Amino acid sequence: MDALFLARLQFAIVTVYHWFFVPLTLGMTILLALMETKYVRSGDETYKRMVKFFGTLFLINFAIGVATGIVQEFQFGMNWSQYSRFVGDIFGVPLAIEALLAFFMESTFLGVWVFGWDKLSKKIHLATIWLVAIGSNLSALWILIANSWMQEPVGYKLENGRAVMVDFLAVAANPSIRYQFPHVFFSGMSTAGFFVMAVAAWHLLRKKTHGELFSKALKWGLVYGLIGSALVITAGHFQGQHMVETQPMKMAAAEALWDTEQPASFSLFTIGDMKKREDVFSVKVPGLLSFLSCNNFTCEVQGMNQLQAEYEQKYGPGNYIPNAMLAYWNFRLMVGAGTLMLLLALYGVWLMYKKKDFRQHSRFLLFTVWALFLPYLANATGWLFTELARQPWVVFGLMRTEEGVSNTVPESWVMLSLATYTLLYAGLIVADVYLLLKYARKDPDEEETEQPETPAPSLVGVA
Amino acid sequence: MDLNTIWFILIAVLFAGFFLLEGFDYGVGMLLPFLGKNDEERRLIINAIGPFWDGNEVWMLTAGGAMFAAFAQWYATLFSGFYIALLLMLLALILRGVSFEYRSKNDHPKWRNFWDWSIFIGSFLPALLWGVAVANIVRGVPIDADMNFVGSFFGLLNPFALLGGVMFVAVFLFHGAVYLTLKVGDPVMNRAKSSAKKLWIVALALVVLFVIYAFFGTGMYRSGTAYPPTLVAAVTLILSGLFLNKGRNGWAFAMTAVTIIFITFTAFAGLYPNVLPSTVDAAYNLTIYNASASQYTLKIMTIVALIFTPLVLIYQGWTYYIFRQRLTLDHEMEY
Ligand code: HDD
Ligand code: HEM
Ligand code: HEM
Repeated sequence: MDALFLARLQFAIVTVYHWFFVPLTLGMTILLALMETKYVRSGDETYKRMVKFFGTLFLINFAIGVATGIVQEFQFGMNWSQYSRFVGDIFGVPLAIEALLAFFMESTFLGVWVFGWDKLSKKIHLATIWLVAIGSNLSALWILIANSWMQEPVGYKLENGRAVMVDFLAVAANPSIRYQFPHVFFSGMSTAGFFVMAVAAWHLLRKKTHGELFSKALKWGLVYGLIGSALVITAGHFQGQHMVETQPMKMAAAEALWDTEQPASFSLFTIGDMKKREDVFSVKVPGLLSFLSCNNFTCEVQGMNQLQAEYEQKYGPGNYIPNAMLAYWNFRLMVGAGTLMLLLALYGVWLMYKKKDFRQHSRFLLFTVWALFLPYLANATGWLFTELARQPWVVFGLMRTEEGVSNTVPESWVMLSLATYTLLYAGLIVADVYLLLKYARKDPDEEETEQPETPAPSLVGVA
Repeated sequence: MDLNTIWFILIAVLFAGFFLLEGFDYGVGMLLPFLGKNDEERRLIINAIGPFWDGNEVWMLTAGGAMFAAFAQWYATLFSGFYIALLLMLLALILRGVSFEYRSKNDHPKWRNFWDWSIFIGSFLPALLWGVAVANIVRGVPIDADMNFVGSFFGLLNPFALLGGVMFVAVFLFHGAVYLTLKVGDPVMNRAKSSAKKLWIVALALVVLFVIYAFFGTGMYRSGTAYPPTLVAAVTLILSGLFLNKGRNGWAFAMTAVTIIFITFTAFAGLYPNVLPSTVDAAYNLTIYNASASQYTLKIMTIVALIFTPLVLIYQGWTYYIFRQRLTLDHEMEY
């Protein structure tokens, strides 16, 4: 284990961890704003209780999102100082704009929203949650601009061994962000939708009071989750096609495609041999990969071996093949989770359309509770795929990951930070889940007073 | 004035805003276990900064982001060099950020106790470490010809830096105590007031010591630009104590605010045009020129800052206006 490996491991752990909390914030702030809008328009107190109920859960989540975000901001200088020197001219800009434009807005108005229920008029109070929603999604936009520039550097020139910005608008509107932002935006939407669905379904399963509130909440979650998951998939499809053009190696790795094929088949299941660079066993659908990559069943899709030869010519000797097994499985888990989400949300909306009473469909409710894991799985594997299959590059075509790591930070320091973050984060997730469960189980009316625990429904079978 | 200087000033302003606003948050957090004698009183103290602390913390993030954007070499050298100190600070800030939200969500005394102490540590360590960092920056650290930090963690814990750390803690404690005299009702308010009077003497003594040490032991006063801000900081610090004794708490707070802003300006004025002096060889100093981004990037960032900084000031000011009321024990509390 060397400092580079530890720094990478640390980045992966703290970033994926931060990302556990972020999508819910992105989607939930908008959903809360919509619910509160409904409350202000209709004057129906049910919606106010709904906002307060889900607002509490959101805040428990938000606290960790903020706390872990600070680490992210400092980490580039601490662990990736050579990278920061190289890209500072370009990369620091979206980061600074994110703080100035988005974080201020998000955090300031969230404070007003939480503490301002009795101090502001209904309309102004509503405006504050909308500002929080806009702020958090703007923050996503700017950090993703930073990240997408690493996927596809544009608007720069190299000067004294550093990347220097020549065109801000090209950086801010780089081609990759046009796919990445919608995909992430809708992933947040689907995450929040499934979150609300799961909590509401759990309450309905318990068949107790507040049937009305949670039936309504379930419908809101379903519609929101359906829109989110349908669009995250649509955005993902176009993103994949863009990826074939700009980072063909990533697509080849995602498909475990060792050699160029025309037409290319889509692999459902593959066991490969990384050393020999070939498949050991696989199940394939002919022509489908061609279709996914370029919308017809016959086009050529390049394989890793050919790309490797091409890159060696272009960038000099080296290994340009990422870990194909990780890429392949992360990609499949994301897509698989997305497909299941879409099916479940479609079924739920169909039930809704048929005006069925959800409480008669306990199997559906049970699935819905467990389906909460799906968006989280897709979110984590999505990022792992995006970043791991970009290797060996940290900035595609310009800088390798190994060149970006801090050169003065000894291995022991990284070991120390890695260990402490891991321990602290493990502790926090326990506190977080404990509080989420506690408040998710509460009855919306009795927010302040403790009430005797009602027996939880069984989550492993339909009673 | 060139863009590099403008950005040096802007970053000074961001740090001044950060220390001014988070300064009382940190102070209140450190005072929490001592001024809150029971759970209700501790809730009162926490709620006094409840709506603000996160927005205040963003001043630090913005200062860090601006450093990255405008002086990436400074950001890279400083953050990789101060690794262990920053790690400690981050751990403290993570705990602190979670504590406010989580503390009152369970009424078991052990649970609350744990988070109360997290707030204390989460406020004390960053206050101390920022003081240590600022003192080290003005004093200079070992940097080689490649802009790399070549010192050790313990090298950062030199007497001058430690004095800087303790001074920051004392000034923030004082600032926080004065803030509480304005924001909470009795009996906490009275306790805050008598603590503030004692803390004033401590803070004043430490500031004087620090200035003397800086004068003889560092290059801070060599160019002379650091004298005026030092004077303003000293005078307002003295005035704040006098106002406090007269019962003019609002004025006292205004004075501590100015003190903190001008302590920050003192450090930056003493630094200029360096951003991080090297103790190895003055030729290796990081300056606002060799550490900076391109003129193009600085120009873009200037436009962005000119548009958004005033906006932020307006809406953050508005939140202080909305929540201007003094909190008392019979108020309903969110945290
Ligand atoms: C697409 C969305 C997204 C992504 C990819 C990231 N973040 Fe994040 N971040 C957010 C979206 C977000 C947010 C929605 O704005 C958060 C999450 C939860 C929250 O409370 O705000 C947040 C919080 C947050 C905070 C605390 C802000 C505050 O105090 O209010 C910081 C400093 C960062 N993030 C920094 C980063 C950095 C440097 C990242 C890159 C590695 C990063 N985040 C990835
Ligand atoms: C925008 C949000 C981002 C997310 C969610 C994200 C996610 C990830 C993930 C999951 C990994 C896994 C890598 C591994 O296992 O090694 C990773 C690696 C990495 N990412 Fe990102 N990343 C983001 C932005 C960035 C940014 C802005 C940088 C700028 C430095 C960056 C630089 C890196 C580096 C240096 C690695 C280590 C290389 C590696 O480990 O393979 N990432 N990132
Ligand atoms: C089922 C169809 C889906 C497809 C075809 C798809 C496609 C993609 C592709 C191609 C990428 C990599 C982009 C790149 O590296 O350039 C990606 C990344 C990602 N995916 Fe998906 N995705 C799908 C579903 C989902 C779902 C359901 C979620 C979450 C709820 C999700 C979350 C993410 C995230 C967070 C990333 C990393 C950020 C990014 O690069 O945009 N994806 N997806």
